[in-house]
Amino acid sequence: MSPLTYIFALPLLAALLMVFIPRNFRFVIRILALAATFASMIIAVVMFGNYNGGLSGGHFQFEQKHLWAPSLGIGYHVGVDGINLGLIVMGAIVAFAATCVSRKIATREKEFYILLMLMAGGILGAFTSLDLFCFYFFHELALVPTFIMIGVWGQGENKNHAAFQITLYLSVGALLVLVGLLALYLQLPVGSRTFDIVGITDYFKTHTIAAAAERWIFPLLLFGFGILVSLWPLHTWAPQGYGSAPPATAMLHAGVLKKFGLYGLIRIALPIMPAQAEKWVFVLAFLCLGNIVYCGLVAIRQRNLNLLIGYSSVAHMGFAFLGIASLTTIGITGTVMIMVAHGFLAALSFALSGYLHEETKTLDMDKMGGLLRHLPFVGTVMIMAMMAGCGLPGFANFPGEAMVLFGSWDKFAVVAGLAVWGGLVIGGVYMLRAIRAVWHGEKAWPGVSDAVGVWRRLPFVLLVGSLILLGCFPRLLTDSIQDSVEPVVVMASGLQKLALPPVKRTPRTPRPRPVTNPN
Amino acid sequence: MNLLLIIPEISVIGLALAILLIDLWTPAAAKPRLGWLAALGLVVILVMTLADSVNTVSITGFSGAYVYDGLGIFFKRFFLTAALLVVLMGIEFADRIPLGIAEFYALVLLALAGMMFSSAINDFMLMFVAVELITVTFYVLVSFQRGRLLCLEAGVKYLIMGALSTAFLVFGIALLFASSSATNFSLLASSAGSLAHDKLFWLGLVVMLVGLAFKIAAFPMQMWAPDVYQGAPTPVTAFLAVASKAAGFVILLRVLFVAVPYVARQWETLFIIVAGITILYGNLCAIPQRNLKRLLGYSSIAQAGYLLLGIAALNRDGAQAVVYYLLGYLFTLGAVFVVIGLVCRESEDVGALAGLNQRSPVLAAALAMGMISLGGIPPLAGFAGKFLLIKAVVEHAAFDPRYYYLALVMVAGVVISLYYYFGVVRAIYWPATPGENNAPIHISPPMKISLAVCMAGMVYLGLFPNAVLTATADAVKALKF
Repeated sequence: MSPLTYIFALPLLAALLMVFIPRNFRFVIRILALAATFASMIIAVVMFGNYNGGLSGGHFQFEQKHLWAPSLGIGYHVGVDGINLGLIVMGAIVAFAATCVSRKIATREKEFYILLMLMAGGILGAFTSLDLFCFYFFHELALVPTFIMIGVWGQGENKNHAAFQITLYLSVGALLVLVGLLALYLQLPVGSRTFDIVGITDYFKTHTIAAAAERWIFPLLLFGFGILVSLWPLHTWAPQGYGSAPPATAMLHAGVLKKFGLYGLIRIALPIMPAQAEKWVFVLAFLCLGNIVYCGLVAIRQRNLNLLIGYSSVAHMGFAFLGIASLTTIGITGTVMIMVAHGFLAALSFALSGYLHEETKTLDMDKMGGLLRHLPFVGTVMIMAMMAGCGLPGFANFPGEAMVLFGSWDKFAVVAGLAVWGGLVIGGVYMLRAIRAVWHGEKAWPGVSDAVGVWRRLPFVLLVGSLILLGCFPRLLTDSIQDSVEPVVVMASGLQKLALPPVKRTPRTPRPRPVTNPN
Repeated sequence: MNLLLIIPEISVIGLALAILLIDLWTPAAAKPRLGWLAALGLVVILVMTLADSVNTVSITGFSGAYVYDGLGIFFKRFFLTAALLVVLMGIEFADRIPLGIAEFYALVLLALAGMMFSSAINDFMLMFVAVELITVTFYVLVSFQRGRLLCLEAGVKYLIMGALSTAFLVFGIALLFASSSATNFSLLASSAGSLAHDKLFWLGLVVMLVGLAFKIAAFPMQMWAPDVYQGAPTPVTAFLAVASKAAGFVILLRVLFVAVPYVARQWETLFIIVAGITILYGNLCAIPQRNLKRLLGYSSIAQAGYLLLGIAALNRDGAQAVVYYLLGYLFTLGAVFVVIGLVCRESEDVGALAGLNQRSPVLAAALAMGMISLGGIPPLAGFAGKFLLIKAVVEHAAFDPRYYYLALVMVAGVVISLYYYFGVVRAIYWPATPGENNAPIHISPPMKISLAVCMAGMVYLGLFPNAVLTATADAVKALKF
């Protein structure tokens, strides 16, 4: 069996087991959750090590395929290539970290952990699936847990409103996507209809999609996926929802689940519908400015730390969209890099703000200040996270954003220029102001204690460590990403169907890694 | 031999009469236990029908009025399962029915017989008789709790609206007969050429469809659903919501795609309008509802709208989706109404569910699963059903781009519906205010089994659609598009 199956099935299995554990066995439930996510993280990391980066694009590794509902062309198909490799590893690490930081949940632990495991399993399943049905199915699996977790364990007066807002908004996006995906599936001739992403992509390598259908499907997918990624102006669910969610939910959602839309655009929409992609990227490029500049400016005004992180996370999505809009290998490689980096960053930020809220009982930045003296470890990590958020070199966001800007310069010079300004200046303003408001100052905080001990520090160390590791050695990922992104770009620029010679690839020396058997 | 074809129907009627007879010699205290007899009989008949295969050749009987085919067999099992569930709920509910509990069981069985006939109609005459058998028994069933004002009100409303729809139905059939001088579906289908453009024939068909819209609670005959759902005793509401609606849809499928497929093909605009309005009406009106059963009444209008999409799609996949969706709907609403019957003894307000999670985690999970399935979220039956419906609609959009808008209307409807379905989920799981009723709820073994079956059915249909899809594909073989 493919390791990918274990990665998402372990949390789901844990959720199922927990149903049968009596509710007062709190310790057992928590250990089970930790064990399941830890195991799936280890498997993911091992898989990352065994991934053969030398294979060129279009090839999936660790594949596993079964029939599920053959009459509809639905199958169980998992596999990994450069595009989802980093996302799966990042998702598994975040899932473990999210389970770690849920230590303080004191009411109805059983339900909490069942929902958390369901959510983690669903998210990881969505990124491992190579079947459109499963891809959608697993994503939706996370919807109900999000709703209940925000409502029951969330914080703030608006949590009720936030729970409904996030659920309804995401449902709109998901259902638009569903209509689009079904329409896409129906473009295949009767008899060979399949939900298999590889099958569909292969079919459209040699066939062109009907223009009338493409005109409908591309915007459906663009805005459907766009809502899921909080594309401006459809982003309003994100800051409020994350601000009210318990830290674990916000980590998984902002960190991992939100990347689903970007992943879908890269994996499905771009390669299959090049003609419409060409038209819509201009719209996308200007909408992404809304994310970067507008949401950045809104973030400056926030006084609540969680809302600030929420808005900054929406702003970061702008860079990811810009990379997609560039339709270049380097730009989309940058997007994937940002997706991974932002996953770690968002999870880290929400984990830290959750810790702060536990200790100080407030997230109002006007009431905070002077916390660095009391919380040296948490403070240092948070300042690092905020610096990473401004795009400081040395953290994983920097290579991603840099690549996106390089990629988009040719096509959208103005947008790229404004994006740099938005990212560096506006981002710098709100992050530095936040650092000053929260960490500096004279205020004394009796009774506030730092994260001590290996277990409490582990989630933060894992996340910030991954950020630094990828920041210093981005080639750990970028080579594999580029290999897999190139065929996407070739299809998206419509080159293949015009029978032009393949794009010139920069000669690179193959990775000096022993080729191991993927199974 | 013709009579051999209708053994299940005859057995059900015989069972009903037997219960009425045995009732005469049963002491009052033991009467609720007659339900066990009814349930046992239903199980036996259900097992009997399992001997038939859905993948069968169709045989007509009774001068072509009755047809024995896959669709009929599938729905007979469906109705038997629904009735079994309702009878079990009735046993649980017996303490709230002051008298005539034996008649209650007998009436449920008679309605069941009507439904079983309605799934096998091949003639407008038999259709009318079957529909009336269902509707007339429901007049009585809806107002069974004579002491409750709401219940009587529901009965009167159902009676008036039912009588009105019957009038439409008869008038429509009369016009059809006047223009075609035939009531048999096969005859009508074979005279396609001459009738396809006959205005009188069209008028008759439209008027008759209005009458059928009453059964499925679709626009323009949807007004009764919320009042009746709210007022009727809970098992009757369940029966009405699941089986009566399914009977309406199987009749609709038979009429449109067996008798007059050549007309149905030209009615895209009509179907788009009716389905769209039904979806939006049901969902928008459900938003402010606080009474759980009333909310489900509006939600059932919306669900009828979704199901109409499958008919509007005018293709085999659409019909298959309707059948699949109805099966999922049976398990979903089964779970929901079992929980309502157990929990909402005094108040049916959504607020009365507060703290249900603490009172009984099983019931809380069942009701939440039901709501999630109704909302169409994976991994439950409702999702698979809606998936198939949207697929069928988008499939037809290749021929008529207006269907993309119809798909978007459905998307809008589903999103609106999540608001009120999740409102119920919120009531279940959000912390209860202190001072609320916190007594644990006792669940009797038959209710436990029913719940388990419904929950398993929801998950099975959501996760493993293949086996049932094969069966539904066989079931809709008789239809023409």
